[in-house]
Amino acid sequence: MTKEYKTINEIKGPLLFVEKTEPVGYNELVEIRTEKGELKRGQVLDTSDQVVVVQVFEGTGGLGKESSVKFTGDVIKMPLSPDIIGRVLSGSGQPRDGGPPIVPDVSKDISGAAINPAAREKPRAFIQTGISTIDGTNTLVRGQKLPIFSGAGLPHNDVALQIARQAKALGEAESFAVVFCAMGITNEEAQHFMADFERTGALERAVVFLNLADDPAVERLLTPQLGLTTAEYLAFDLDMHVLVIYTDMTNYCEAMRQMGAAREEVPGRRGYPGYMYTTLAIQYERAGIITGKNGSITQFPILTMPGDDITHPIPDLSGYITEGQLIVSRELHRKGIYPPIDIRPSLSRLMNSGIGAGHTREDHRAVSDQLYAYYAEGCDLRGLVAIVGKEALSERDRLVLEFADAFEQKFVNQGRDEDRSIFDTLDIGWNLLQALPETMLTRIDDHLIKKYHPRYRKKE
Amino acid sequence: MEVGAGKVYRIAGPVVQATGLKSHMYDLVLVGEEGLMSEVIGIAGDKHVIQVYEDTAGVKPGEPVKETGAPLVAQLGPGILTSIYDGIQRPLPQLVEASGNFISRGLFVDGIDHKKKWEFTPVAKKGDKVEPGQTIGTVQEQLLIKHKIMMPPDKRGTIKEVHSGNFNVEDTICVLEDGTELPMIQYWPVRRARPSRSKEAPTIPLRTGQRVIDGFFSLAKGGTAAIPGGFGTGKTVMQQTLSKWSDVDIVVYVGCGERGNEMADLLHEFPELVDPRTDRPLMERSIVYANTSNMPVAAREASIYTGITTAEYYRDMGYDVMMTADSTSRWAEAMRELSSRLEEMPGEEGYPAYLGARLADFYERSGRVTTLEGTEGSISIVGAVSPPGGDFTEPVTQNTLRITKVFWALDSKLTQRRHFPSINWLDSYSLYDLALEPWFVENVSPDWNKNKRRAMEILQENAELEEIVMLVGSDALPEDQQLTLEVARMIINFWLAQSAFHPVDTFCPYKKQFDLLKAILQFRDHAFEALARGVPTDVILGTPSKDALAKVRLLEDYEPELAKVQAQMESEFKTMA
Ligand SMILES: Nc1ncnc2c1ncn2[C@@H]1O[C@H](COP(=O)(O)OP(=O)(O)OP(=O)(O)O)[C@@H](O)[C@H]1O
Ligand SMILES: [Mg+2]
Repeated sequence: MTKEYKTINEIKGPLLFVEKTEPVGYNELVEIRTEKGELKRGQVLDTSDQVVVVQVFEGTGGLGKESSVKFTGDVIKMPLSPDIIGRVLSGSGQPRDGGPPIVPDVSKDISGAAINPAAREKPRAFIQTGISTIDGTNTLVRGQKLPIFSGAGLPHNDVALQIARQAKALGEAESFAVVFCAMGITNEEAQHFMADFERTGALERAVVFLNLADDPAVERLLTPQLGLTTAEYLAFDLDMHVLVIYTDMTNYCEAMRQMGAAREEVPGRRGYPGYMYTTLAIQYERAGIITGKNGSITQFPILTMPGDDITHPIPDLSGYITEGQLIVSRELHRKGIYPPIDIRPSLSRLMNSGIGAGHTREDHRAVSDQLYAYYAEGCDLRGLVAIVGKEALSERDRLVLEFADAFEQKFVNQGRDEDRSIFDTLDIGWNLLQALPETMLTRIDDHLIKKYHPRYRKKE
Repeated sequence: MEVGAGKVYRIAGPVVQATGLKSHMYDLVLVGEEGLMSEVIGIAGDKHVIQVYEDTAGVKPGEPVKETGAPLVAQLGPGILTSIYDGIQRPLPQLVEASGNFISRGLFVDGIDHKKKWEFTPVAKKGDKVEPGQTIGTVQEQLLIKHKIMMPPDKRGTIKEVHSGNFNVEDTICVLEDGTELPMIQYWPVRRARPSRSKEAPTIPLRTGQRVIDGFFSLAKGGTAAIPGGFGTGKTVMQQTLSKWSDVDIVVYVGCGERGNEMADLLHEFPELVDPRTDRPLMERSIVYANTSNMPVAAREASIYTGITTAEYYRDMGYDVMMTADSTSRWAEAMRELSSRLEEMPGEEGYPAYLGARLADFYERSGRVTTLEGTEGSISIVGAVSPPGGDFTEPVTQNTLRITKVFWALDSKLTQRRHFPSINWLDSYSLYDLALEPWFVENVSPDWNKNKRRAMEILQENAELEEIVMLVGSDALPEDQQLTLEVARMIINFWLAQSAFHPVDTFCPYKKQFDLLKAILQFRDHAFEALARGVPTDVILGTPSKDALAKVRLLEDYEPELAKVQAQMESEFKTMA
């Protein structure tokens, strides 16, 4: 069954073309041995009686016509057992922490069958991240996929780490298990993550997959699949709530483009493959909750927008699949505000189902809408002030302008270790709104104003 | 045709080549040991090119390919309503039962339950001559929806016997003189339009309860609308809102390559929400196709056709049907992906050259028709388009706009201001406008069209003024123009804006739409009259009744409050100096 072949006819980029084989299955796992005995792994991309095309994950360096190829007769599987928690693995799932190989309880096909939409539970459990711009105005719920769109040199990693450290469900002591997938990040960035995981003890409830910048690009194509297969195991076999953080999706997509070019495919927009939407969707859609299961998968993909351009295919296609986005702003970062999340273009589409009475607090929606409205208006006014000067503003407009500044300083800005409760967040919001006349609070019902506005609360 | 078998020759993703087949184009075949559902999409030399509706991992050259001798068909009969299907009409709840929470491969499940008994009541009798499409009897499919069992569109004859009683869909309920036995179920190839007698002019609006749509850019029953917009601009929310509140009898919702959680949301909500016209759960009039983005692309490509085929079937019974497709761009991308695997010559941006033709064929299946039987039915289509980067010049948007008569342009600038629905009132249009005006005059108010035009003029003037304001600030404008800005702001915020999530405002009846706009225009007339009298603008703009007008739309029983606000407005302006 598992014959070895020495019939490589052509090697091109990450691809091998093997001839005269017995029938080989599509997507099958392939083991390739160099003449020096080094083992590499690959996957079948195209198969026929005449030629089999194999994509090699560890790169084709060192391979030649004399290398031998073995088709395993099986698709790629991830070995899984509870012992995987706390492990650090390579981007292709091999131990990277000097520990033993995983002795599997089960091995799961990494391609990830689609969750039947009829088996999905609607996500609605509020997750408190302790970050006001998320909890207050772009609330995350369990089972959501909410990417961070950032730019080179911005502190998105710090935001992701802070979320990983602080995320919890209200009233539940248990914190999230974290699956962390690094794709093509620098050694220094990886160190930063690992040091933080170790400092906070997070590693004890984490599984880490590391594909670094100098690791083969093709290997990256496997990393999220391995990570998400692990996440599914933790969530749906072991009943855990799992947070999957992957960074940087941009590197993943670049690897996809590279593969497409090697296969001489007709490229789609800006050279990325036409199937990139589907490929990304297959990863992102592995977030969610299944009816009757206790666990959940919540995803935080991080991507740096090339040239800070949100219309670039990578953020654009991601935005079309995920349930909102958090935008890290260069402008806020320059002002020294952390976390520099611009709430205006940010959005959590599942926010509505996770907030309000019974989830957070009854005034949540109204406070959020009101803060949003005046912050957005204030930012617009800054543009006008630049042209006509502050003096030309009406009294009302001046108040709104000042509100926007205070909002950035007090609501958006917070410490890297500051873990605000949702109630603190809402109260900070109220304190800011207090600076405006009550008649300007048009988005908040009178009975909520009477109940939560600091002016009335002090009288209690 | 004799049903034979061949062998897999090559596999690359969802496209397989096979040898030794005799199947025709678009025939169904079963690929590999697992019998994966597939369709012939090309024939080249001795090879058949096949698209597989399921994941092909593990399939090897040499595995068998079985022919079925028939194209992909939809199963049509009682039991379709309330169903949730994948793109090839497999009921998803049954797939959960068969294979668990994740969709596995090689499963075949009937589109409708073949065992369930329905009470069939004949309307035709022995000796009747029956023509294609003619009703032979009925089944009460849902409490309020009568399902007509019709002659198949390609059969006619004289009834020899017709039975009444409880039958499953395969049982013979009618026998013709020529010996043909007719069951309730019909099989119809999804890529072929079901015939009707003639197409009628679209002169009746489809009431959506959305002010910006009904008021400015209305859709006709049997019409087509495109709703393009970048991510997060509100396509899905709009389509779900339309599916909830539109005054149609049947809704076919096709989630084509979109999110699983969105489908879960819909499946969770529809059984609980009640149709305001009938007081029955919305699910009872709905059919949902959920072929999410992570499900196989070939089935995504098919979902639009299965969806429209079921829509046509209910239209043939004389119903008004609405089909929404979210998103037609994902459908086009499925075509592109399959086409590139076929190594076809790519057209614009890699899409196949036949993209425009396929879109046109699909939208052509809409329309208000006289059915074969002579009754009237309609299919209205609302297609979402997801242009890359939100740029409407791309091929799918452009090809769609060449066909559809209504354009609801979603605008990310409005989204960013959280103005919903973020339909841009300057770019959007409806070509049914003129055809529908008489209906509104007759059924809502003689002033409907006049008010709508006035409001639109104010918005247009507003757009010009805003450009000036950007340069000099609003204080520099003459007073009458400042008033215009304010009135436009009222139209935008009190009338065009409408939250899909507000329990009352999510749906606005025609009369309420009209009354609210009329009140705003009344304010305008008062304001300009006061200005002419020499009242300063800040006094006019400080009118308390103006702000009171903002909240009227949120009231279910709005009329007393509106009357009060209008009376207040009268007296405020009277005493204003
Ligand atoms: N009519 C509306 N009323 C209130 N909120 C709305 C409305 N339309 C859209 N929204 C808000 O905008 C968000 C995004 O809308 P939606 O999911 O419909 O976008 P979309 O155009 O379908 O995006 P995508 O192309 O990514 O699927 C919603 O989650 C909701 O918060
Ligand atoms: Mg959508």
